[in-house]
Amino acid sequence: MPAAMEMTRELGHALAARFRAGEVSSRELTLAHFEVAERQNRAINAWLSLDREAALAQADAADARLAAARSEGPDAVAALHPLLGMPVALKDLVSVAGGQCTAGSRILEGYVAPYDAHITERLRDAGAVLLGKTNMDEFAMGSSNEYSAFGPVSNPWDLDTVPGGSSGGSAAAVAAYHVPYGIGTDTGGSIRQPAALSGIVGLKPTYGRVSRYGIVAFASSLDQIGPLARDSRDAAILLHAVAGRDERDSTSAPVPVPGELLSLPASDDEAAMWLRGKRLGLPAEYFVKGMEPGVEARIRDAVDALEGAGAFVEEVSLPHTDYGLATYYIVVPAEASANLARYDGVRYGHSVRLDGGDFIADYLATRGEGFGPEVKRRIMLGTYALSAGYYDAFYLKAQKVRTLIKRDFDEVFGSGIDALVAPTSPSVAFRFGARTADPVAMYLSDACTLPANMAGIAGVSVPCGLSEGLPVGLQFIGAPWTELELLRFGRAYEAITAEAGWRTLEPAQLALADDPAGPTPAERAAALAA
Amino acid sequence: MAGLTRSDVEHVAYLARLQLTDEELDRLEGQLNHILDQYAKLSELDTSAIPPTAQTIELENILREDVATPSLSVEDVLRNAKATEGDFIVVPPILGSEGN
Repeated sequence: MPAAMEMTRELGHALAARFRAGEVSSRELTLAHFEVAERQNRAINAWLSLDREAALAQADAADARLAAARSEGPDAVAALHPLLGMPVALKDLVSVAGGQCTAGSRILEGYVAPYDAHITERLRDAGAVLLGKTNMDEFAMGSSNEYSAFGPVSNPWDLDTVPGGSSGGSAAAVAAYHVPYGIGTDTGGSIRQPAALSGIVGLKPTYGRVSRYGIVAFASSLDQIGPLARDSRDAAILLHAVAGRDERDSTSAPVPVPGELLSLPASDDEAAMWLRGKRLGLPAEYFVKGMEPGVEARIRDAVDALEGAGAFVEEVSLPHTDYGLATYYIVVPAEASANLARYDGVRYGHSVRLDGGDFIADYLATRGEGFGPEVKRRIMLGTYALSAGYYDAFYLKAQKVRTLIKRDFDEVFGSGIDALVAPTSPSVAFRFGARTADPVAMYLSDACTLPANMAGIAGVSVPCGLSEGLPVGLQFIGAPWTELELLRFGRAYEAITAEAGWRTLEPAQLALADDPAGPTPAERAAALAA
Repeated sequence: MAGLTRSDVEHVAYLARLQLTDEELDRLEGQLNHILDQYAKLSELDTSAIPPTAQTIELENILREDVATPSLSVEDVLRNAKATEGDFIVVPPILGSEGN
């Protein structure tokens, strides 16, 4: 492997150490990542845009910042954020001033964001290099990335399978070494589930942890922004950069962001020691009907390993888990139908103006053309659930069940459990087309992740081995504002399994993704459908 | 729970301002009813004494000083509009049109 390509295999914190030591410049590492991302984008389709010029300008600025800090002294260098000079992928629903922001939808094709999202500003402050924007399910509605208006994304472990969704582009880009860091959003599992299916780490923070200012809205009482990375330390570093109160999002909470996110233990012994005496709850309800045996086996192995390393694991019950799916698929479409009412083709976005002067006909045509099938389905569901005479039976009822789901978690965490340990996804990555014919089958992909969104609490998925050659994700779920603890659990699990054989494996079809003449994900999906 | 008829689906599509093809309406009728069947599970729970949860973090009445701050330039705001005239966005006529 050429040296430049080898560099892309390194973790973010390792690259940052080499950058600070003067062994590599941000320009060099940005170019190395760019090269891999561009070469593989035909085969993986993780990126909807790659901005070489802007990224190199940011890389040069990072190199200049490091040089300036060096001339000031070691304290100035130590004060630099570990993201300085590091390439980051942004899901294409994060506003970057002057750039595209499609949210994976035709209705926003050609739209140019007039301002930076809060997290974009925070990443610029840290000195990150914004490599480009990643593919996603349209308006973040989906669990496979097959609902993107710009084509599906391939999972680098098996190019005929999905990377999960909706943050599938960011997950695939991180898994395939295009970037060490990716930003996703999670409304029902859209960070954790693709992290699990792609074999990486993904964290959904507590609702209110990260400002949503400048992020395309989907279901506003659940949407949260979070990090995707190849280990827990990197996920913690990226969370640290974007978290915190922002007065432009009144739901962002005035809760301090722990500085310890930047100093998760480098030593495996120290990370594993922390686990001793911790109480983990194993919720029986998360071993859902239809869970693949291989997934369950990996989760049980992981739980045994945690126990063997000194954690206390006890069975707990979250009795309303089974009602989560129905509750979620009332609350979310209702909020989405209201949020997406703004796409009327008047002020921005795809626009149809018919002759005849009937403005409602213009709206009907604009939205009928601009939205894809899953978005239409959810708008229809939400409009129906909120329509006159049905509000109490659907939306109000769901909000009440939401209270019961939240109370389940409150009780478990109130009893002294430090975190829950559970599967992230009931299955490994599935083939293109496997779940698109039946919406309910697709919705079940998120059965183990969406309860945390309903309750507004935090969850992280970390890789815990393979089943049938594809990655399995282990989920830690915690009380509000416990992201640091969850990442410590993730780090501890990484430490106690550091010697496991599967940790040395790279995504199995990376070499295939390098083929400049190979099929695109859309061509693969079409071949499987035939 | 009562199922959605084809004309219900058409009505909801109109309320949602979505122009759908016959094929889309056919598919949605089946799919929406299948999803609504899943909702029936919630009727197993007695929620008469349970308060609704609209938001999960206990933040209330976030206020700020009412002071003018710089906002986007007119040029930035208009850049994404399909039709503009001077400093304005041209909108379809809403008075006296059939939709009114």
